[in-house]
Amino acid sequence: MAFFRRRKRAGATGSDTSAADTTAANPPDAILASSPSNTSSIHSVDPSPASTSNTDSTTALAPVAPPRTAILKTYKLYLGGKFPRSESGRTYPVHSAQGELLAHAVRASRKDVREAVKAARSAQQSWAGRTAYNRGQILYRIAEMMESRREEFVRELRALGDVRANQAYSVDVAELAVREVETTIDRWIWYAGWCDKFNSVTGSSNPVAGSYFGFTIPEPTGVVGVVAPDEAPLLGLVSRLAPALVSGNTVVAIASHAHPLPAIIMAEALATSDVPAGVVNILSGLHDELIPPLAGHGDVGALDLTGCEPDLRAQAQTLAAETVTRVVYASAQEQNWLANTAQSPYIIESFCEYKTVWHPKGA
Amino acid sequence: MDATGLEERAASLTTRSIKTSSKRAALELAVSCMDLTTLEGADTAGKVHSLCAKALRPDPTNPEIPPVAAVCVYPTLVPTAVEALEGTPVKVASVAGSFPAGLGPLEARLEEIRWATAAGADEIDIVLNRSAFLSGHYSLAFDEIAASKEVAGEAHLKVILEVGELGSYDQIRKASMLATAAGGDFIKTSTGKIASAASFPTALCMSEAIRDIAERTGRQVGLKLAGGIRTAKQAWHYLVIVAETLGADWLTPRWFRLGASSLLNDVLMQHAKLSTGRYQRPENFTVV
Repeated sequence: MAFFRRRKRAGATGSDTSAADTTAANPPDAILASSPSNTSSIHSVDPSPASTSNTDSTTALAPVAPPRTAILKTYKLYLGGKFPRSESGRTYPVHSAQGELLAHAVRASRKDVREAVKAARSAQQSWAGRTAYNRGQILYRIAEMMESRREEFVRELRALGDVRANQAYSVDVAELAVREVETTIDRWIWYAGWCDKFNSVTGSSNPVAGSYFGFTIPEPTGVVGVVAPDEAPLLGLVSRLAPALVSGNTVVAIASHAHPLPAIIMAEALATSDVPAGVVNILSGLHDELIPPLAGHGDVGALDLTGCEPDLRAQAQTLAAETVTRVVYASAQEQNWLANTAQSPYIIESFCEYKTVWHPKGA
Repeated sequence: MDATGLEERAASLTTRSIKTSSKRAALELAVSCMDLTTLEGADTAGKVHSLCAKALRPDPTNPEIPPVAAVCVYPTLVPTAVEALEGTPVKVASVAGSFPAGLGPLEARLEEIRWATAAGADEIDIVLNRSAFLSGHYSLAFDEIAASKEVAGEAHLKVILEVGELGSYDQIRKASMLATAAGGDFIKTSTGKIASAASFPTALCMSEAIRDIAERTGRQVGLKLAGGIRTAKQAWHYLVIVAETLGADWLTPRWFRLGASSLLNDVLMQHAKLSTGRYQRPENFTVV
C-alpha cells in the first residue's frame, strides 16, 4: 500500500485499483522517471537488491520500462473504403508553417484518380438509393465520430501553424483550430438535417394546364470531384463535400496540397461512420497531377474547383467542358468558411440535376 | 503437371507492363480474335441483330477498330446471325451438343450439330462429356467428339473442356490431348456457365498441351479462352501467355479466340483512353 500512496503523490490519477493493475504489468515511465523517491517505493515491492539504480536500464529485473519510440501515423489515401498507398508508391513531405517536417503524405497518381472514380461510381447507385433519412443518419454519424476525435483534429490543425492565420479571421492560430474543428462538425450536422428536406424545398409541383400533374425532382448528378482549399484544409473540404453527399452523389476529393493531413484523418472518421465504401474517396498529392485527369474523366458529373490553383483553372475547365462536366466554385461569401454563409441548400442544389415528370391525373 | 511451377510461370507472365503502341496493337488484336457471345435463355433475334452490328463495327466512332472474329449464339439463332453477317468476314459460331452440360442423348447432340451447320454456322462449340471423362470412360468421350467432328463436316469444331469441373491441371492436359486427338480443331476453356472459368494457369496449361502436340505431330490446334474475361488487362495478359508459349503463329483469329460478352466494351474504353488521353465512361459505348 505504501507504493500506491507514494505513486499518487507523484501525480498519478485514477483509482488505486486501476493504478495497481497498470503498474503491476508495466509501470508507466512517467511515474518511474518523475522523482528518485519513486525508486525506493519500487524497491519495496521488488525483492532484488541488484536493481538499486533506476538509471541502469539494462538490468533484467529492473521494472523500468525501456524508452519507447512513439508510433507515427502513416497517412495514406482513402479509396473504396480502404487506406491504400498510391499505386505509384510515391510520397511527398508535408511541412508546418515553421518548416518542421510533419509527415510524408501519399503523392497519388492519375491511376489512383481512375481507381477512385471507379470506386465512387460503383458506390453511387446504392448511396442514392438509400432513403434520404438514412443518408442523414450517416452524415450525423460522421459528426459524432469527429466529435470524439476533436482533440486530434485540433492538434493537427495547430501543427500547421500560423500560415493559415487568414487575415479575415481575428483569432489566433490555437483558437482558430478549435473553431475550425467545431464548425466542421456542426456543418456535418447541418447538412445531415438537410438530407430529407432539400427535396421538398428545391423540388416543386408545377402548375400546368391540362389533366396532368407536373413534378420537378432534384436528382444527384453522379460522381462529384471536390478540390479542397488550402486555407481551410478541413472545414473548406467538408463545406463542399457534405452538400454533394446530401442528394446521393459520391465524391472523389483531392485534399489540400500543402495541408493534406486533416483530410486523411477525417477519412478515418468516415471509415467508422457507416459511410459505405467508395462514397467518399480522398486523394492527396500534387494538384497539377490530379486535377487534370479528374476533370477530363468521362465518368465525373460535376467538379467543385474551389481549391484549384488559379493557373490550373482554365485547363481544368476546358477538360471538364469536353465531357460536359459541370464546374462549380464556392462564391466569396461561401468561402468565409467559419461563417454561416458558407453553408446553404443552394450548394446542395449545385450538385443536382432536375428531372420533370408529367403524370396523368385522370378526369 | 507441376502445379506450383505452372502457376508461378503464369503469374510471371502477367506482370508485364504493356504501354502505348504495344497496348494499342494488343487491344486491336484482342478485338479481332474475339468471339462476341450471347448465350442467354432470354436471347432474341433483335438482340442477335444488334450483337452482329456491334461485331462488324465495334466502335462506330472509330474505324481503326477491326471487326471481331465471330459471333457465338445458340443454334436456333444461327439463321438470324447468318443473315446479318452474310458477305462479311465475321464468322458465325454456334454452341451445340446439349450445351452446357453435354448430357443429352448422343443422337440428339449430333442432330443439333447437323442442324446448326445446315443453318450456316461456320464454327461449332461442343462440350466434352465430363461425366464420361471424369469416370474414366475416355473412349466414350473420345468417340463422341470424333462423331461430332464427322457430322460437323467443314465447320470448325471447338471442344469445351469446362476446366472448372476437371479438378486438376493433369486432368486439363489429359482432356486437351483427348479432345485434339479425337479431331477437335480448337480446345476451349469454359462454357461461361459456371463460376470457375478461364484462368491464367489453365490457359498456360492448355497452351503447353497445344505446343507439345504441334512439336510431336506437326498439327496446329487452336485455343479459345472463355469465361470470366471482362477487362482489357486480362485480355492482354492472355495474349502474352499465348505469345510466350505458342508464338506469334497462333496470334491470329484463325488459331486464337477470346470468348466474351462484356470484354469488348472495356477494350474499346481502353482504346479510346489511349487515343484521347481521357478516362472514359461506360455509358459512352453501345450495349451488346
